Amino acid sequence: MNQALATGVAPRNPVIDLERVNVTFGGEKNKTVALAETSLRIEKGEFVALVGPSGCGKSTILKLVAGTLSPSEGHIFVTGREIGANEVRIGMAFQNPTLLPWLNIRDNVMMPLKIVPPFKHGYAKKKKGEYRERAEALLAKVGLSGFGEKFPWQLSGGMQQRASLCRALIHDPTLLLLDEPFGALDQFTREELWEIMQNLWIEKKPTVLLVTHDLKEAAYLASRICVMQARPGRIIEDSTVPFARPRTIDVSFEPDFVSLTQRLRERIVAVRAVKEQQP
Amino acid sequence: MKPDTRRRVLSACCILGSFVAWEAICLAFGVSDMVLPRPTQAVYTLVSQFPAIWPHAFQTIYTTLVGLGLGILIGVLLGMLIGSSRLAYDVAYPMLVGFSSIPKVAIVPILVLWFGAGTVPAILTAMVMCVFPIVVNVATGLASTEPELQDVMRTLKATKLEILWNIGLPRTMPYFFASLKVAATLAFVGTVIAETVASNRGIGNLMMIASSSFDVPLVFAGLFILAGLGVTLYIVFSAIEARVTGWAVRSDDFVSNG
Ligand SMILES: Nc1ncnc2c1ncn2[C@@H]1O[C@H](COP(=O)(O)OP(=O)(O)O)[C@@H](O)[C@H]1O
Ligand SMILES: [Mg+2]
Repeated sequence: MNQALATGVAPRNPVIDLERVNVTFGGEKNKTVALAETSLRIEKGEFVALVGPSGCGKSTILKLVAGTLSPSEGHIFVTGREIGANEVRIGMAFQNPTLLPWLNIRDNVMMPLKIVPPFKHGYAKKKKGEYRERAEALLAKVGLSGFGEKFPWQLSGGMQQRASLCRALIHDPTLLLLDEPFGALDQFTREELWEIMQNLWIEKKPTVLLVTHDLKEAAYLASRICVMQARPGRIIEDSTVPFARPRTIDVSFEPDFVSLTQRLRERIVAVRAVKEQQP
Repeated sequence: MKPDTRRRVLSACCILGSFVAWEAICLAFGVSDMVLPRPTQAVYTLVSQFPAIWPHAFQTIYTTLVGLGLGILIGVLLGMLIGSSRLAYDVAYPMLVGFSSIPKVAIVPILVLWFGAGTVPAILTAMVMCVFPIVVNVATGLASTEPELQDVMRTLKATKLEILWNIGLPRTMPYFFASLKVAATLAFVGTVIAETVASNRGIGNLMMIASSSFDVPLVFAGLFILAGLGVTLYIVFSAIEARVTGWAVRSDDFVSNG
């Protein structure tokens, strides 16, 4: 809190504030610097994409913000308070859907309501009515109406991923952390889910941190793109995405869009090339 | 459905056939029932002496079930502890491995010394026999929870108990039932060992007495009862398993059942 004030850049209160964070793994011998001197501020309601080659520390940043990983050095503030001390509601989704195989889709989606405070108190009573409708409504938005009673293994990978997104959103999170959630899907499903994701974001305006290695995905969805490099992992470029919303897939063929993704791509490739020349 | 029925009929025929072959070989070579009684002789003994055998069988069932129950209770608790705590794993695992390497016959005299001959040492032996596979499987099941799922639960600020209840335990169920089927048969072994060494009741004791009086058909009748009990328990647990953990086999008929 004090540090955030001391740097005192703006009266605005960022939802996420990483200050000169270092993360190292391993001991003396095989030390990996996953993140070096990384600072990142994300304002409320922003949709930020982290892009970069694999191993550059994208997931590490996500885990730091989620509070499941502690930094070796530096500070992380979420809604102005040091991590862990806040009441921010977080939703998470990953590349694999991680649904619970013994619950049907609807119960999988309702799982966070069983655990997150304002919802959990009425869970036993409202499970049958209010919460069930809530889950069904959300499932309908991602194109899964009528699948609530099915079990995960009866659904395709793309459908499971939709359900996983619903589980991340059911408890109205103010912060959404997505780690390559569309990474394992085919192109068409992916584009369809981009649109759904955008609509959900426009509707509720949560703060989103999306990890991806797909520049087109980043440019389509995000309001800001942070490009990262590997070894040591750090953010090397931070650019805003100006295109008006709601964006359609046609936007991705417009010259501005193409030149943005081209520029970011070249940036990443250039850094990698330099890396490879150094032993 | 049809190939399924055929498979069952075929396997039943094969099992029956092996008994018929046993019978035939004994008849053909004129094997004395002092050496190897025919299955029909064993069954005849079983039926004709049923009133005398029944109390022993009941004693064995009772002892085994109580021992198995205790084994499940202790095994699940210990498995949960070992599966969720690194320290408990490091401490308890070597001890468990060491303990389970001891032949259980060796501990019966100690148990008799402590509790006297009779039911108690038999129950404890059954329990000791069946605890190890349960502990190992429960611990493995708990440890196999995906790290990402645990991350989800932690960001939702779930307590350890909530994680255990909502994810850990359901995930462990298939492992638990797999171990239960082994544990049930091991519990029978434990009971019979203890009854043979130090008891005046139970199938183990019955077989001891029968063999010392060279009543070999009665010994085999005892074996048949034990095998029958073992199979029954196995079937019961398999049925429960299919109900509870049908999701793990992902079959279509699980969905139509429930
Ligand atoms: N638990 C861990 N132990 C050791 N090294 C790790 C661990 N997690 C990540 N790393 C290393 O940190 C770097 C960044 O990882 P990560 O954030 O997962 O990359 P990505 O951008 O692909 O998501 C990688 O070089 C990886 O090998
Ligand atoms: Mg990653």
